[in-house]
Amino acid sequence: MTTTTAPAVTNRRPVADGPSLARLTGVELRKLADTRAGRWLLATIGLIAAAIVTVQLFVLDDAEQTFTAFFAPSLLPVGLLLPVLGILSICSEWSQRTALTTFALVPRRERVVVAKLAAVVLAALASVGVSLAVAAVGTLLAGATGGAGEWNFDWQLLPHAAVFQVANVLMGAGFGLLLLNTPLAIVTYLLLPTVWSILSAMVQALHRPAAWLDTSVTMEPLLGAEVTAGQWGRLAVSLLVWLVVPLAAGLVRTLRREVS
Amino acid sequence: MIMVEHLTKRYGPHVAVDDVSFHCEPGTVTGFLGPNGAGKSTTMRMICGLTPPTSGNAAVTGRRYRELPNPGREIGVLLDASAQHAGRTGREALALAARTMGVDRGRVGAVLDQVGLNATAAKRRVGAYSLGMRQRLGLALALLGDPRVLILDEPANGLDPEGIFWMRGLLRDFADRGGTVLLSSHLLREVEAVADRVVVIGGGRVVAAGGKDELLAGAGTLVRGRDPHALRLTLDRVGLTATAGTDGGFLVRAEPGAVGQVAADAGLVLTELRPAGNGGLEQLFLTLTAGASTKEAVK
Repeated sequence: MTTTTAPAVTNRRPVADGPSLARLTGVELRKLADTRAGRWLLATIGLIAAAIVTVQLFVLDDAEQTFTAFFAPSLLPVGLLLPVLGILSICSEWSQRTALTTFALVPRRERVVVAKLAAVVLAALASVGVSLAVAAVGTLLAGATGGAGEWNFDWQLLPHAAVFQVANVLMGAGFGLLLLNTPLAIVTYLLLPTVWSILSAMVQALHRPAAWLDTSVTMEPLLGAEVTAGQWGRLAVSLLVWLVVPLAAGLVRTLRREVS
Repeated sequence: MIMVEHLTKRYGPHVAVDDVSFHCEPGTVTGFLGPNGAGKSTTMRMICGLTPPTSGNAAVTGRRYRELPNPGREIGVLLDASAQHAGRTGREALALAARTMGVDRGRVGAVLDQVGLNATAAKRRVGAYSLGMRQRLGLALALLGDPRVLILDEPANGLDPEGIFWMRGLLRDFADRGGTVLLSSHLLREVEAVADRVVVIGGGRVVAAGGKDELLAGAGTLVRGRDPHALRLTLDRVGLTATAGTDGGFLVRAEPGAVGQVAADAGLVLTELRPAGNGGLEQLFLTLTAGASTKEAVK
């Protein structure tokens, strides 16, 4: 309400360059955490990893309470929530209509999309760090409570876990980009594996394609330390269908869509 | 500063914006006036590169919006005050935009102060804001990059009378310092109070454009005849644009003398013939509004 005596509006500085991708990624990372819903989702991901480790402490035999035994199971529930993070990052712009501001400030929409993808990939990698941390705490606790508490860890598991979580978050983002509607994208994404298993149980002919296309099957080897060349191949095919295609088609849709 | 050339937008068979052209100069406030659904918002979204036009062009500061590297620093845009994440605080919404544009963080506090949102309001989530507060936040967002051009869609919506008065002063001041303002409204009085130039749009077409004084003064001739049908046909035949009023009269975009001559040549009896004066623009606008709401009711 104050009356400011601002300088003349004309005859001014040359206009600054556009924002760099790093700056945009920083903004998108901030958007993941600056709303109540976003903060809850991130907290839930951390809590669920911790909860799984706690459960393991009680259910596993003492001799089995090793670092790896804590780490690997924590990946699954986190991997289930990361796609939701990917979906929300993309779709909340449309459901909350902030796309109007975002794309008015950055009209080259592909840059915003790339920054969003970079942000959720960083979040997925951070989630692997969280899994490592809670597994470490679990191992310490196991050692203190009479479990094995052994620190044996197959380092191959780490890149596999990273691929697993990055693929999960990007699949979510791909569905989000394609459908541009939060509930629709989440439901579609979560229903898909179920539909696969129902269909392949009913239709014999789908057994073989399912081994190549059902991501719940093709991604499973990533939770172990050894992945064969054949398994990588199947993973690649399934991710091409469920990650690359939705991302590409979704990008085209987002670039063309009218913002209102 | 803002050049709009033959913008057209079709949605299937429906033409939302039909060959709209106008331009806005630095130092002026241009009022973009039209009833709801006339195509104002669609035109503004096309200017800002958010809606791809079916044909035509729009340029701001000499370039197409999408080609501007950092548009927030040149053009302040407020297209819909409600288009904010309900879960973010007002200050956070501004902080995100400031980071995107590369504007100093201190600007956030400055614009919050300028639009009259205090520290308590800035810390609240936008979901708890009234429409008036959202308009103020939207205006803060538009002013954040210290732009030379403002494009505002219905900025007075939801503001109380004091807020409307304050906003007029802000826009007037912005234009007086050399800025360019394009603001839309469906309220004639609102535009009349602040604009230097007026573009009236109805059914997707520009129906009148020019300086406010000239439009308000020379808004045409009001004519009424004993046989309205024959009068209409006669006016159409000689190519005079006539819009039917609500009470059987016509608003004709010509001098009274010319209209009287046409009627006399055709041997028609006139019951009224006078300059439309101040009421002309209003009459024209009412005609547009009446048509539009009838259309909506039919839908």
